[in-house]
Amino acid sequence: MAQAAIELKGINKSFGAVRANRDIDIEIPQGTIHGIIGENGAGKSTLMSILYGFYQADSGEIFVKGQKASIHTPNDAIAAGIGMVHQHFMLVENFTVLENIILGAEGASLLNKGIAKARSELQRLEKEYGLEVDPDAVIEELPVGLQQRVEILKALYRGAEILILDEPTGVLTPAEADHLFRILRMLKDQGKTIVLITHKLREIMAVTDNVSVMRQGTIVATRKTASTTVEELAELMVGRRVLLQVEKGKAKPGDFKLSVKNLTVKDGRGVTMVDDVSFDVRAGEIVGIAGVAGNGQSELIEAIAGTRRAESGSVTMKGKPIDVTGTADPAELRKRGLAHVPEDRHHVGLVLPFEENENAILGYHDDPKFLNGAFLNIDAIRSDAREKIEKYDIRPADCRLRTANFSGGNQQKIVLAREMENDPGVLIVGQPTRGVDVGAIEFIHKQLIAMRDRGKAVLLVSVELDEIRSLSDRILVMFDGRVVGERGPDATEGELGLLMAGVEAQEAAE
Amino acid sequence: MATPYAKLPAWADYGLIPLINLVVAFLVAGLVVLLVGESPIQAATLLIKGAFGSGAGIGYTLYYATSFIFTGLAVAVAFHCGLFNIGGEGQAYVGGLGVALVCLGFDTVFPWWINFPLAIIGSAAIGAFWAMIPAYLQAKRGSHIVITTIMFNFIAASLMVYLLVGPLKPLNSMAPQTRTFAVDAHLPKLDWLLEMFGATIRSTPLNLSFILALVMAVAVWALIWRTKLGYEIRTMGFSPKAARYAGIGEARIIVITMMISGALAGMMALNPVMGDQHRLQLDFVTGAGFVGIAVALMGRSHPAGIVPAAILFGMLYQGGAEISFMMPNISRDMIVIIQGLVILFAGALENMFRPAMQAAFASFSPRSMGMGTAKREGA
Repeated sequence: MAQAAIELKGINKSFGAVRANRDIDIEIPQGTIHGIIGENGAGKSTLMSILYGFYQADSGEIFVKGQKASIHTPNDAIAAGIGMVHQHFMLVENFTVLENIILGAEGASLLNKGIAKARSELQRLEKEYGLEVDPDAVIEELPVGLQQRVEILKALYRGAEILILDEPTGVLTPAEADHLFRILRMLKDQGKTIVLITHKLREIMAVTDNVSVMRQGTIVATRKTASTTVEELAELMVGRRVLLQVEKGKAKPGDFKLSVKNLTVKDGRGVTMVDDVSFDVRAGEIVGIAGVAGNGQSELIEAIAGTRRAESGSVTMKGKPIDVTGTADPAELRKRGLAHVPEDRHHVGLVLPFEENENAILGYHDDPKFLNGAFLNIDAIRSDAREKIEKYDIRPADCRLRTANFSGGNQQKIVLAREMENDPGVLIVGQPTRGVDVGAIEFIHKQLIAMRDRGKAVLLVSVELDEIRSLSDRILVMFDGRVVGERGPDATEGELGLLMAGVEAQEAAE
Repeated sequence: MATPYAKLPAWADYGLIPLINLVVAFLVAGLVVLLVGESPIQAATLLIKGAFGSGAGIGYTLYYATSFIFTGLAVAVAFHCGLFNIGGEGQAYVGGLGVALVCLGFDTVFPWWINFPLAIIGSAAIGAFWAMIPAYLQAKRGSHIVITTIMFNFIAASLMVYLLVGPLKPLNSMAPQTRTFAVDAHLPKLDWLLEMFGATIRSTPLNLSFILALVMAVAVWALIWRTKLGYEIRTMGFSPKAARYAGIGEARIIVITMMISGALAGMMALNPVMGDQHRLQLDFVTGAGFVGIAVALMGRSHPAGIVPAAILFGMLYQGGAEISFMMPNISRDMIVIIQGLVILFAGALENMFRPAMQAAFASFSPRSMGMGTAKREGA
C-alpha cells in the first residue's frame, strides 16, 4: 500500500467531562476513499474538526504525507492540502460560482486578476475531473447537487489533495448521490484521498475502500469494505444487535381525519413552495411524505399546523375546517386534537435554555391543569414532567435539567412525549429521527406505530427514505412543491428515488 | 439571555463572575486615578466611606439605588422577551408627568397614603404608554425597538421642556419647574429605617419608594418565573419560532412586555419627584434610565442580581460625589470614567473571564458542567 496521506496518532479531545475523542489512531492510505461511520455523538465530526483545525486536540499528533503537521486553524489545514466539504454549505448564496471559489483566496484588493486566474483554473479542473458547472451562475439558482460540486471545486482550487466530506448525501436525491459517488471515484483515480463521514451504511458499502467505525469517542474497528457486511457495521456502531426494520401489523384505516385540498403555500419571497396539494389521512394509518429536503414538505406541514399562512386551498380536520389561509392558530388546533412534532426541534419544538419541565408544557401551557389563575402550577407541571420522563425513558431522569443538556434522542423524546400524551386525534411528525441515535430511533418508531394502532391519523415527513418505507402505510412523494406520486409501502427504493428526482411516473415505470 | 456557554454552578454564575468583573473594573479605575497623581487607595477609602461611612451616606446611596432598581427591572423585563429597551430614560421622564399631575391635582385633597397609590398608577400608566408606541411599531411595522426607543427619549425630553416652560410652570416664575407640592404629596422619609440600624442622621432623601422598589423586584421575579405571562415572555425571548409554534401571539407579547417595562421605568419618577424634590424639574432623571441598562446586565436580568447591582451604582454615585469633593484633582468626570469602567467590565465584557472560569471549574468538578455543549459539538 502507498504511503499514508493522513495519520492520526493518539488523538484525545475532551469537552468538559465528555471525552469526545479517546486515543484515536487512524491511518488513511493515499489514493483511497476512507469511510468514517458512527452514530450521532460518536465523535466523527469532532475528529474531523481537529483535522481541519477548528479544534485543537488535547494530545496526539497529526501526520500529513509522513510529515508531522501542526494544524491550528483551517488555513493551516488548507496549506497542508486538506479540504473540507461541510454538511451545511459554506457558500454565499447571492454570489456567483466564481466569486465563491475565490472567496478567501482573492489574491489582491482588485478582483480582476483573481477572477481571471480562477476562470482558467476552473476550466482545467472541469476537464480533469469532469466537474462541470457554469462559473457565472448565481449559487442560489443552482440545485443542491451542483452547490455541493462548487464546494468540492472550492477545495480543489485551494490545492486540496485530501478531501473530507461531512455527511455529503443528506441533502441529495439518490440519483444525485450516485453522481457524487462517481465524482469521488474519479478523484480517487486521480490520486486524491477522500474521507467520507456518514451514518448511512449503504453509502459506505457503495463507495469506500476502507471503513473505520467510531463509538463513544473511540475507533472500535477498521475494516476493508469488501470484507465486511452492513450487519456487522451496524452492530459495531451500536454495540449490540439492532433491528433495522420495524415490525408492524397491517393498518386498519378508519374515517378521514385530515383532508387537504388544493393547498398552495408561498414563502416569504413569494416563491410557491407547496403547489396545489391534495391528500387525505385516515384514522389508523401512517401517511409518509417522501422527498428531498426543500421540496415543500416543511411548508406543507407548517401550513396544516397553523404556523405558516397558506395562499389558498382548504384543510379539514375531523370534518371541521382549519382556516389555513386566515386565522389558523396553533394553540387552538392543539385543543382540537392536532399534535405537531416540528422538524426543527432545536428552534421550534423546544426552548433549549428552559428546564425540561418547562418544555414539557410548551404549547399546552394554557391547560388549566398547569395553572393556578395567572400563575403556573409548578408542582403539577413538574409531576407531569416526571411521569412523561418515566414513560418515555428520557435520560437523565431530571425534570429540572436544562433541555440543552439532553442528547438529541432524548430531546426528541421530550417533544414526542408532550405531543403524544395529550391524546391527539391527528399527529403530524417532521423528521422524527433526525440527529437521533440508533437506539432511540427504534423506540420512536415503535411509538409512532403504537399511535397508529390506537386509531390516530399520522402524517409523517422525513427525508430518510428507509424511515418512510418502513413506517408508512401509504407513501406520497413530493417534488418541487407538488405531490408527484402515491405508492404503497412495498414500493422499491429505485422507484421512489426517481419520483423524488422529479422523473414522471410513466418514465419511472419503464 | 441565552448564553452559548456551558453552565457554571449558580453561585459562580451570579456571584463570582460579577465579582471578578467588578474587581478588574476597580483595578483599572485605580490605574486611572494613579495617572492623575492621586492615591487609588485613598480614593477607594473615600468612595467606600462616602457611600457607607455615615447614616447620611447610606441614605443617599440607597436613594440613588432606588431609581436604578426601577430602571434596571424595566430593562430586565424587556430583556427576557428579547427586547432591548433603551428608552427607560424617556419613559421615566414622562412618568414624572404622571406623578406631577396626581400631586398637583390632589396634594390639598387627599392624604399622602391615597396620593401615593394614585401617583404609582399615574407614573406607571404614562411610562407604559410611552413604551407602548415603540412596541406597537416593532410588533406591527417591524421598526426596530432600539432605534424607536432612543428616538422616544428625545421626544420625551422635548415634550417635558415644552410643558415645564409652558403649561406646568406657575405664573411669574423664572424656573422651568412646577410649583412645590403640598406636604400631603410628599412621600415619608425612611430616616427611621436607618436609625433602626443605629445611624444618626440629619436628613437624607431616602423615601418610601425604596420599599416600593423592593416590592417590585419581588413582583418581577414572580411575573417572569411564576406566571403564565412570564413563561410566554421567556419563550418569546429565547425563541420566537418556538413561541409561534406554541401559539403565543408575538405582537401581543411584545406590546404587553414593553408596557410592563415602561411602567417600571415610569415608577422611577416617584423617587426623585414625590420623594425628594417635591416638584417636577427639568432633567430630573439624570441618566438613571441608562444606568438601568448596566444594572440589568450586571444583575443578569434577575431581580436578586439587580438589587445589589443598583446599590453598587448608588454607591458609585454617592461615593463618587464625595471623592470629587475631597480630591480636587479628581473631577466629576473622573467619576463618570469609573462608572463607565464598571459598565464596560460588568456589562459589555461580562463574559470575558467566563471561559477561564469554566476551565477552572471543569478541572475541579468535571461532572457539574460541560455536558450540553460537548454533546452538540461531538455530534
